Order: sequence, then C-alpha cells, then structure tokens
Amino acid sequence: MSEAPAPETEFTRDELMEVNAARALAGAKTCFVGIGLPSTAANLARNTVNPGLVLIYESGTIGSKPTALPLSIGDGELAETADAVVPVPEMFNYWLQGGRIDVGFLGAAQVDRYANINTTVVNRGEGKPEGRLPGAGGAPEIASNCGRVLMVLRHSTRNFVRALDFVTTLGHGAGPKDRAALGMPGAGPTAVITDLGVLRPDPATAELVLTELHPGVTVEQVRAATGWELRVADQVGTTAPPTAEELAALRALKAAGKR
Amino acid sequence: MAEIRSLHDAVADLIHDGDTVAMEGFTHLIPFAAAHEIIRQGITDLTLARMTPDVIYDQLIGAGLVKKLIFSWGGNPGVGSLHRFRDAVENGWPRPLELDEHSHAGMANRYVAGASKLPFAVLRGYRGSDIPGRTDTVSTVTCPFTGEKLAAVAALNPDVTVIHAQQADRAGNVQLWGLTGVQKEAALAASRVLVTVEEIVDTLEPRPGGVVLPTWVLDAVAHVPGGAHPSYATGYSVRDNAFYQAWDPIARDREAFTQWIETHVRGAGSAARTTEGANA
Repeated sequence: MSEAPAPETEFTRDELMEVNAARALAGAKTCFVGIGLPSTAANLARNTVNPGLVLIYESGTIGSKPTALPLSIGDGELAETADAVVPVPEMFNYWLQGGRIDVGFLGAAQVDRYANINTTVVNRGEGKPEGRLPGAGGAPEIASNCGRVLMVLRHSTRNFVRALDFVTTLGHGAGPKDRAALGMPGAGPTAVITDLGVLRPDPATAELVLTELHPGVTVEQVRAATGWELRVADQVGTTAPPTAEELAALRALKAAGKR
Repeated sequence: MAEIRSLHDAVADLIHDGDTVAMEGFTHLIPFAAAHEIIRQGITDLTLARMTPDVIYDQLIGAGLVKKLIFSWGGNPGVGSLHRFRDAVENGWPRPLELDEHSHAGMANRYVAGASKLPFAVLRGYRGSDIPGRTDTVSTVTCPFTGEKLAAVAALNPDVTVIHAQQADRAGNVQLWGLTGVQKEAALAASRVLVTVEEIVDTLEPRPGGVVLPTWVLDAVAHVPGGAHPSYATGYSVRDNAFYQAWDPIARDREAFTQWIETHVRGAGSAARTTEGANA
C-alpha cells in the first residue's frame, strides 16, 4: 500500500462501523466471534474499550489474543494465544449450548426488519437459479444460545430486505414473543451496527428502529439503503466520532493482518 | 491395526466409487494431499461430508467426482465464495450436486452420534430456522424427562474418514494437536480410517490437548509431509493465507480451474511423492 494513511481526524464509513461495533462490546465478558467484520470489532474492543474480553472462535479457541486480524477462524495465532483449545463438539455443546457465552457477534448476507438472518440462498429472479451463499455455520445456535446477539454489516437495500428468501438464523421471528415460544434461551439481537448508524429492536414489537446515526449521515440516507419502511426513533442520536486512539488501534490491527 | 503404506495404495484400497467420505480438519490439518490422490485416481460418485467444505472440496467438486455434499458452511474462509461449489449447485457444472445441509452444531453432533454408534444425537438447535425443511436428517424429539422439544440429528457414519495429523509412530499410533476440530469423532464414526502424517517418529510424546488415535482403530497411515497445504499443521507449517486468496480467481473460472488441476494435481511432479513414503 503506497498511499499515505488517513490522518486520525479523517475516517471512512467502514471505520465508523468497526469502531462502533467494538464499542458495543464494552462491559461484555465473553464473545463468540464470527469471522470478518465481527472479528475486526471484537479484536478492536480488546485493544480499546474492553481489554479483558474473552474471544471465543468456533474452531475451538477460548481466550484468543491475536496481535493481527486473522483471515480465518482457524488461523494458528488464535490457538497459540488462547487460554484453552477445545474440540469442536465440545465448543458447541458445553460452551455455547451450555449458556457460558454472553455475546454472539454475527455478520449476515441478508437481514429483515426483525433481525432474522439469511446466509443460505437468495432468489435472483425469474428463470435464474437460486444464488448460493455459504450456509449456516455456527449462526443458528450462536443466535439462540448466547446471552445476546450483536450484528454488524454494511447498509444497503441488497442486505436490508423486506422479506428474506430463506431464514437461516432466527433473530426475533415476527414479534417480541417468538423467541420465547420457540424455547430460545438468549435475548436475541440487541443491536445492528452498520456503516450508516445503529438499529435496535423496539421492545414492544421487536422491529428494528434507527436509534443512532454516524456523524455526517442523514435519516434519508439510511431509509434509502433499507428495503422496508424503516422506523426511526423519536430522538435519533449521533454516534461519537472515532477517537485518535480507536483509529490508531484499528489501523494497526489491519496493518498487522496484512503482513 | 494401521499399516504404514504409500498414499497411492492406501487411497486405492480404502476409498471406492460411491463411498461416503469425510475428510475433516477444522481449518487446521486439512488432508489436501489425500484429496489430490483421489482426483488422480478418479474415484467418483462420492458423497462427501465435512463441516466446512473449504478449498479441498471445491477441488473435488470441480473435478466432477462428487454427487452429494453433507456440510454446514461452504465458503473460502476469510476470502469469499467457493466458486466450484456454487457453480455445481447453481448450474450443475460439471455435474449436479445434491446437498444435505446443517448448522455446525448439528454436524458436530451427527459425528458424535456416529462415533457413539447411536442412531441420532440431540441438541437445542435449528430453532426458528428453515434448514430442517431442506433435509431429512433433522427432526424433533421430546425429552422424556422434561417434555422439552429438542432437535434430533441423524448419526453420520462415513464409509471412510481421512484426516491429517502431525505424527505417527512405527506401529501406526497417531497423534494430532492444536485445533483438533471434529477429527476424533469423524474417525471413530467411520468404517475405515486413513491418516496422513507429517512425520513418523520412534515414540509419540504426549502433547497438551493432543488427540491420540490408537493404531487398532485405524486402517492405514501414510507419510505425507506437507499433506495439509495450503492449510497447516501446528508445529510444522503455517496456514498459507496467500494461497486461499489466490484460489479465488482460479476457482472463479472453469478453464483456469481445470488447468490448475491438470498442472498441480494430475501433473507428473505432484504424483511422484505419493508413491513414496511407505518405508519412511
């Protein structure tokens, strides 16, 4: 990379998303980390708002402390720096299903207004084959069994859709009672952090509501990037701009990951 | 008892057309060299099981050897899609691919049931998901003690499980360590087991968190140093992340893929080493 790094008073939309996703982990004890954006957020949280956060990866690592962003959930550094490495059936049965993990941090290909997730197949229109996505991975049980769920993904009408083509992972179903009716132990999604702002479920309806905008973003921009008529909180807040420390930590993690 | 054999002979004897084969290794210790030997021998009509199909199954699927895939997450970790997998599912190229799709928790428990020689395993899973509507290997059972409805997943008992490990001794006992994934369950669930190893040693020294598979649950051990590349073997190699990234444009294009397999898998140089090793 030959271009000079941006000064720490300038930041991208992605950096706003990543910094705010990390902040959402303040106070958490343990986090089951998905790869990609959730992993960026969780590692940034360890270097900023939550140094004691226990990172858990589905490959079997508990308490990973990587110095560089891993490419995969099975990079060697995750195991070498872990407090414990356990087999995969144990991870899912004893630790996740056992209710030991506070926060599940997930990405998604498609999300609907109740924070249900599709990562399986998408309808690409008449006469075309279904578009194939990777599938469920750990998400259905992470979303069910962690104390709560955070989601991070870029905001566009392609991702934030009126109706999912397939429900891979249940968020809130179609209302606030659906999780309990299905016997799902955890509280489900409590925040969706995007590159435009933050959405949170309305406790009365479980529908996602825009509660915060990132600096410089308008409500109209978020509405235009959402595939349903997005509800907006009466008082929409603005997220604090990233601090110099947050940006430096984020950029250092990413630079180390490219080495 | 495991015989120490060449990879060529072990694959030829243990893996047959039409078999259900699990080649496990959760990101770590993926048995790539054995998959390449399957491609060279043209063993076909396979049902492949694996939690994360990864590049290893992208290669087998693209080579036209796979009729069905049992899995839970089919991507190139950290990079993007598995393009050969997608092309087979979406367009039937080079042949249609039947899917039996699960979550990770479900797949892990299918192997647990298989190793336990139980017909199924139970878990608190798949709740609210559309996945059970697409497979006949997930159902529901009622707990006889509490009345709770739980997911039941059918046991997975492969004809053959293939794994890669760090070490074997000369009697064919095997030890692996680092991320040990679901390999113990996949091995004990199978009718036949082939293990490729980095090194054959006089004595296995116990490793923290290590999994030891005694020779009498295995059928063959083959000495294949580097046999997990581009994945890795803790203590011997690191994950070749650059290869995973380079795979994306190769797999995206049918011609480029076919050329890559011809050059790097079917090519003479790659075949030579697999006939060695029986007496290493």
